[in-house]
Amino acid sequence: MPDITVVLPGVLQPLAGGQSVLTAPADGPMTVEKLLDSVTSGYAVLARRLRDETGALRRFVNVYVDGDEVRRLRGLDTEVVPGQEVLIIQSVAGG
Amino acid sequence: MVGMATAESFVLAIGTKKGLWLATSQDRRDWSFTGPHFLMSEVPSIGIDTRDGRTRIMVGVRNEHWGPTVAHSDDLGATWSEPEQGAIKFPEDTGAALERIWQIYPDADSRPGVVWAGAEPISVWKSTDGGEHFELNRGLWDHPHRSEWGAGYGGAAAHSIVVHPAGETVHVAMSTGGVYRSLDGGTSWEARNKGISAYFMPDPNPEFGQCVHKIAADHAVDGRLYAQNHHGVYRTDDNADTWTSIADGLPADFGFVMLTHPRREGTAWVVPLKADGERIPPDGELAVHRTDDAGSTWTRLSSGLPTAEYNSVLRDAASVDTAEPAGVYFGTRGGSVYASADEGEKFREVAAHLPDVLCVRAAAVAGA
Repeated sequence: MPDITVVLPGVLQPLAGGQSVLTAPADGPMTVEKLLDSVTSGYAVLARRLRDETGALRRFVNVYVDGDEVRRLRGLDTEVVPGQEVLIIQSVAGG
Repeated sequence: MVGMATAESFVLAIGTKKGLWLATSQDRRDWSFTGPHFLMSEVPSIGIDTRDGRTRIMVGVRNEHWGPTVAHSDDLGATWSEPEQGAIKFPEDTGAALERIWQIYPDADSRPGVVWAGAEPISVWKSTDGGEHFELNRGLWDHPHRSEWGAGYGGAAAHSIVVHPAGETVHVAMSTGGVYRSLDGGTSWEARNKGISAYFMPDPNPEFGQCVHKIAADHAVDGRLYAQNHHGVYRTDDNADTWTSIADGLPADFGFVMLTHPRREGTAWVVPLKADGERIPPDGELAVHRTDDAGSTWTRLSSGLPTAEYNSVLRDAASVDTAEPAGVYFGTRGGSVYASADEGEKFREVAAHLPDVLCVRAAAVAGA
C-alpha cells in the first residue's frame, strides 16, 4: 500500500522518537486532518504541539501540500493522495 | 511550603520570555544558576511545591509555535516531565483551547497534592495529583458574568488564586472581571469588588469588570487581602465583601505586584509604576514599597536597586520566601532580577540581561 509521508521539522523530531519522516498507509485520498490523526496517533505530545484541543492547527504551524500552505487550500479538509509528501514547518514568527 | 526551621537552602526560579532559569543558594547571596530550560518558550507561571518531602517545580510553558503546556521537575530541573495528554486541556464541550497558563498555586500543607492553576481564556483549574492533571472549575467557567468579562492588555486570564489554608474559601482575580469569591471550595462564585474603582468603565463602581492586577492574602489575619489594581491599591478586612484604598503614601497607585509576608500581620510589598499610560517606575527610579501596618503607611526601599530603570515589573515577576527574615525577589522586563534577604531593606542584583522576566518564584527548601 502506498504511503503518504509527513516531514517534521528538526525541533519536533524528538517527539516522534527521533524520526524526521512519519508515514501513513493510504489506499486513497485522505484529509490532512485524518493524516495528522494517523501519523501522531502514537505521539500524543507531538499531536498537541501541532493542534490544540479543539483540533485546530496552531496559529504558527504551517502544513504544506505540494508547496501550498493548507490555509490557502481547504485547511485541514485539504485532501492528499498516496505518494504525496506533506511538510510541517513552523512559520517565521517571534522575536 | 516548608517552615524556616527545616530550610537548608533556597531555590529561585525565573521564568522569562525565552526560557526558564533556576538558581540555588545556601545564603540568599550567592546563587548557582542553570538554564535556560525551555529555550525559546515563555514561562509565565511557576509553582514550587515543597510539600510531601520533595521539591517539585511546575512550570506553565508556552511556545509561540507549539502552544502551551505544563511540565514539572522533581530534581531541580535536571529532568522535566510532561503528561502525554497534557496537564491542562479544555473539555470538548467547552469548545475552548488553552492559550496560556498564568498561575500555578500549590494549596496548603493540609491538602497535599492539591494544586490550582489560572489560565487564559479565563479559567481556574484544580489538580489533586501534584499538578500532573488538572480539572476545569465548572462553576467559574459557567458563570453568568462570563460573556461580560474582558481582556486586559496581556489577555483575558485568571491570574491570581488565593486559597484559605483551613476552610473552603477561594478568591480568584481576573483581568478583566475583578475579584471573585467562592465559599464552597470553588463550586459557586460571586463577584466581590465593592469599593474598587473601574475608572475606565461607564459606571466606575460596577459589580464586576474591574481590572485587578494581583491579590494576596494576609497570612496572619483571616479575611484580610490586598489588591493591586489597574490604578488603585486596596485592602479588605471582611473577606472581600468591601475594599478600601490604601494607596495614600505611595508615589503611584498603578503597578502589577502584590506580595504579602508569609507570617507577619500587615506586611505587604508593591512595586509602583507611574501610570497606565506611563508604565515605568516613577521618575525612572525603581523602588519597592513595603507596608508593615496593612497599608496605613509605606516605606520606600531602593537600596541596591539601579538609580535609573525604565522597565516595569510584571504581576508574577515577584515573590517572597518563607525564611526569617523573609526574602523578597523580583525581576524586570529588562531582564534583571533582584533579591533581598532582609524583607527589602537591601537588594542585590542576582541576574542581569535575561529576556523579559515574566515570573519569579522563590522557596526555602530542605537540602536542595
